[in-house]
Amino acid sequence: MLAAKQLKYNIGNKRILDNISVNFLPGTCNLIIGPNGSGKSTLIKLLSGALENFEGEVNYDGVNLKTFNKQTLASCRAVLSQQTELSFPMLVEEVVLLGRNPHFEFNPNKKDIAIVHEVISLLDLNDFIKRNYQSLSGGEKQRVHYARVLAQIWDRPNRAHRYLFLDEPLNNLDIYYQQLFLSIAVKLLNETTTLIGVVHDINIALRYADQLFFLKDGALIENGVPEKIVNAILLKNVFNIETQVIVHPSTGKPVVIF
Amino acid sequence: MRPNNKIFFSLLSVLLVLVLIAAIAFGAVRILPSEMLAAIEHWFKLEPSKSIYENVFLQLRLPRVLLCAITGAILAVSGVLMQGLFRNPVVEPGLIGTSAGAAFGASIVFSLSPFMSPIFKTLLGPFLVPVFAFAGGLGATFMVYSLAKNNKRVSILPLLLVGMAINAIGLSGVGLMTYIARDPQARSITFWNLGTFSGASWFQVFFTGIVAIICILIAFKQAKKLNVLLLGEQEAGYLGVEVNKLKTSILIVNTAMVSVATSFVGVIAFMGLIVPHVLRLLIGSDNRKLIPASVLMGALLLTLADMGARLLLAPAEMPIGIITSIVGAPLYIFLLKKYQFNQNDL
Repeated sequence: MLAAKQLKYNIGNKRILDNISVNFLPGTCNLIIGPNGSGKSTLIKLLSGALENFEGEVNYDGVNLKTFNKQTLASCRAVLSQQTELSFPMLVEEVVLLGRNPHFEFNPNKKDIAIVHEVISLLDLNDFIKRNYQSLSGGEKQRVHYARVLAQIWDRPNRAHRYLFLDEPLNNLDIYYQQLFLSIAVKLLNETTTLIGVVHDINIALRYADQLFFLKDGALIENGVPEKIVNAILLKNVFNIETQVIVHPSTGKPVVIF
Repeated sequence: MRPNNKIFFSLLSVLLVLVLIAAIAFGAVRILPSEMLAAIEHWFKLEPSKSIYENVFLQLRLPRVLLCAITGAILAVSGVLMQGLFRNPVVEPGLIGTSAGAAFGASIVFSLSPFMSPIFKTLLGPFLVPVFAFAGGLGATFMVYSLAKNNKRVSILPLLLVGMAINAIGLSGVGLMTYIARDPQARSITFWNLGTFSGASWFQVFFTGIVAIICILIAFKQAKKLNVLLLGEQEAGYLGVEVNKLKTSILIVNTAMVSVATSFVGVIAFMGLIVPHVLRLLIGSDNRKLIPASVLMGALLLTLADMGARLLLAPAEMPIGIITSIVGAPLYIFLLKKYQFNQNDL
């Protein structure tokens, strides 16, 4: 379990996150949603260990995040960021192989290479293996990074727990790949895998989330199972828009219409 | 399509050996391979050299060519390291103040040595210019590094901007020293600023060689982490790299080897730009291949450039920096144009 206790984070005098305590359970898809500037990405950065000068505690299965060795953490926790650029020419397979960094000393072994090929197939990138990463479109680049991130935590020695963070990764993607990204993430879920993500599209979030977390002005407004918490009043409160919440005819999940 | 690694490295090595032999053979005096072998044989048997050609070979040509090869390797690897660190292909080793600082330190010796205490000068002996250059290079780099440091972090953009300012200060210092120097010394500053291998000695070869081997090996051990850093500092952190530690060690290694080389041969511009750029086109951006390939190609190209410096205006000699600049400056402009739209990468 990933547990956050009383997280507070300031930039200068501005409070970015205000006293957030929250638990994320293995095997669940946890999606964070909220307006721009509500602290979603900051929360992901705190939980994943990218930012360290915060108040409060983040524990991975009871172990304080700040005590982790960076490489040990990297072998069980991966983060897919919004946008990652490369200034130098690299082949797609080389970029994906970078994800295996925490697992080998200087040269990758056969297992690393096999995992790279597995995730490349999973993301439909077989035709791109020998392509220069820089020549790809925005969406293709994001698929390469997703493959890299999956390669990072693909195998779990001794069935150790693993954590996948998605930090607004869907922005450059069309609807097909938005769905593919989340359905791949959801398929990985099991008793040892925790998924925590930030998405912008409320209906995508409603479709895939087991637990939804509403952030506003750095505070956690509401969290829980989507069917139970999502309604027009909450959405008005968080996003300041008029909506109607209806039930999807086949999935039975809530759908928001504007 | 990329060339096969084994073939590429073998080809590069063979070419390097051929260029080294050619560089030894051609010059104001021509030396035949048989004379080279005879000189080496006499040296091994501790016999005196039999001819003036053997002496030219042992005392002038061989140390010069070796120093040139080592310096080429240092500058090229330094280019790879700095570009990897800054994630920008337009970065030159001298950019973070090292070269300008080293030039300033050396120019102080050239202009002000009459006023220095004789004890001090005797004490340092042949190390006088290198020590001042090294102090200047290290001082300038440290200033850039600490001024750009903000909240325990060093970001690339302030580093580049402060680097520009410190470079300007260093070059003004060189200008001042040139201005107050008397004629013959002034000329040697100019010469120093464009680089030369004419004063190469065995002492310099061994000193630079040892520093180069240590520094390049340390850098090579970090090659995998440098690869991850290509994704940016945040992503590298997510992948388990301790970014600040890596940056500090690479900066120190880079400063040490560039300062030492610069102190003996002057500022040679653009080598750190040309070699990595060509190699990335040929073999890609994997630092585990790029660093060893840069050693070979840096040595090869600078040796060629030095041959040009010696032969083009023979019997007179051109500063080698002019040749590297003629080739490098247009490439620099090309790279600037090509990457100017990628400013947000910084």
